[in-house]
Amino acid sequence: MSAVFLPALTALTGLATHPRGLVDPVVPVVPAGAPEIDIDWSALGPVVMVLGAAVASTLIEAAASRQKDKDQRLAVQPAYLRVIQAAVALVSVAAAALMALQLAVKVHGEDGSAVLTANGAVIVDPLTIYIQLAVAVCALLGLFVIADRTVQGDDAFAPQASAVPGSDYENKARRRGMTQTDVYPLVLFATGGMMLFPAAGDLITMFVALEVLSLPLYLLAGMARHRRLLSQEASLKYFLLGAFGSAFFLFGGAWVYGATGSLKLLEIGAAVSGATPLDPILLVGLVLILVGLFFKVGAVPFHSWTPDVYQGSPTPITGFMAACTKIAAFGVLLRVLYAVVPGLTWDLEPVLWTVSVLTMVVGTVIGLVQKDVKRMLAYSAIAHAGFILTGVTSMSADGLSGSLFYLFTYGVATIGGFGVIALVREVDSDGHLRGEATGLDQWRGLGKRSPVLAGTFAIFLLSFAGIPLTSGFVAKFAVFGAAFASGASPLAVVGLACSAAAAFFYARVIVAMFFEEAPDATGQLAESGGIGIGVRTLGLTQIAIGVSLAFTLVLGIVPGWFLSFTEGLSRLLS
Amino acid sequence: MTVSAYLILASVLFTIGTVTVMVRRNSIIVFMGVELMLNAANLAFLAFARMWGNVDGQLAAFFVMVVAAAEVVVGLAIIVSLFRTRRTVSVDDENLLRH
Repeated sequence: MSAVFLPALTALTGLATHPRGLVDPVVPVVPAGAPEIDIDWSALGPVVMVLGAAVASTLIEAAASRQKDKDQRLAVQPAYLRVIQAAVALVSVAAAALMALQLAVKVHGEDGSAVLTANGAVIVDPLTIYIQLAVAVCALLGLFVIADRTVQGDDAFAPQASAVPGSDYENKARRRGMTQTDVYPLVLFATGGMMLFPAAGDLITMFVALEVLSLPLYLLAGMARHRRLLSQEASLKYFLLGAFGSAFFLFGGAWVYGATGSLKLLEIGAAVSGATPLDPILLVGLVLILVGLFFKVGAVPFHSWTPDVYQGSPTPITGFMAACTKIAAFGVLLRVLYAVVPGLTWDLEPVLWTVSVLTMVVGTVIGLVQKDVKRMLAYSAIAHAGFILTGVTSMSADGLSGSLFYLFTYGVATIGGFGVIALVREVDSDGHLRGEATGLDQWRGLGKRSPVLAGTFAIFLLSFAGIPLTSGFVAKFAVFGAAFASGASPLAVVGLACSAAAAFFYARVIVAMFFEEAPDATGQLAESGGIGIGVRTLGLTQIAIGVSLAFTLVLGIVPGWFLSFTEGLSRLLS
Repeated sequence: MTVSAYLILASVLFTIGTVTVMVRRNSIIVFMGVELMLNAANLAFLAFARMWGNVDGQLAAFFVMVVAAAEVVVGLAIIVSLFRTRRTVSVDDENLLRH
């Protein structure tokens, strides 16, 4: 095209007659056989579904007519908007989950070779499909919690995230029943990014997917309805440290490109296996990429954002982010370690072992002294990242299969656990409902006030602790077994010790809920706001908690079918 | 000039950015540190693209610029909303979230 366009342009602008007109013509060299971009839409189905719905949802948000309030400068959205947005989000994520399930069944039945599409920018192989399925299921459950609201009509999000907390404007917005429906497109974009992240076939796609999943989460973290200062602080910390981690990832990508001359993962992998064992540029690049991924999964020493962000974010968002980001980021970690650099494991092993041990120990030890339930689960999430890393580090088919099993079961239980926290609210002495009751003191005696909720939470905690008959036990057994079998027994021993220690702080919550008396609402709890009690809602959170509970128990009691599924997938990969 | 000169410059810029993020308290300056790190990565991409004689690195630099612009939008929105609440952009003042 430029061959026609350029002469015409030069004639029009008079460049041809100018003395220095065409001294150095800038004609881009287009190779004769420029590759046709060939896109396999069926393999991309789940990602396209979610991202397409995200764009549609943004357009709906923009097109919805808002009633202008002249003196108060409020633009109140129509009541149907939140129903439409929630429906679009739920239906599209459910459809994406079904598409991923269909792809998984297809791959399981066939030889399971990877589909490269969009000129190799996207790799759809069993690992991709499994991670997409897990992300879609967890995002669907998370969306149920996000879309829920109490019978009084409060959801978990600020009426106007841009309003200054405590201002007149915010109070008016709250009284007019405004809601921040932009939550749904943001969640959809994040989910789409999470599903594209493990499918990325080159470093550019990977980086863009990383940002598409991160940027909406930074905003969502700052949107809590109650305790907005904490929420905004969480948002800022998440943003600054998340961007810091992305920069490491990117700089590492640049060095890997420098060492191998390509951005495509498969070509990098081929160059790595043919390279001399210790190319320092390559090794530096890979370690920096791993640092970027460790930031995302919250591994020590790159975990400092985790407790603050988990505690400050709106609880439904904490659950969604904790489950789905971890699954997606571990998916990429598995892809990088298993598909790109299997030849370099010997060089990377010290890094992986150190991070894995530190993550387990720091998460457990600091978790022991926490007095806030959300913060405690954040340290528990750090410890769990360490447990999953043991499976990842063992670099065997068993380790891969165990890690995949662990990711899904942990993700589902996390959504359920944070769903319960979202339902336990503080009640002050006048009986008014306030924000979430996250202090451990406020949970004392919850077993008497809300027995079903407390019992459910106890089961999730037992699963996190790895007690038999819950999915957490099977998952821990799978990763530690793989670590023992592959000669990483020191890691497995540290992991077992940490699990035993971590069981203590889970048990502490259970004891507080069932075996301690409710505190005196006027005395001890005057400053923290009142005792916690289960709140009545539309029932969506209860659905999510029920499904999570079912997964946790079923995969704990009869895990065989699911384990053989993940084993089948990891066999297809190796 | 050889490629290594550009790579040394990129590494120096990246280090300055990293140190800025870790020691400065003003969140806008911290954010500028992050942007400096991204641009150091861009410089490295371009230098390597020149070395290998392909356009992959230049392409990456374009994407990084676009993503960095999106990041500025989100980041400044967060910083501004925090400033309107607290009248400060320091990352250390009024640290509510701690152990």
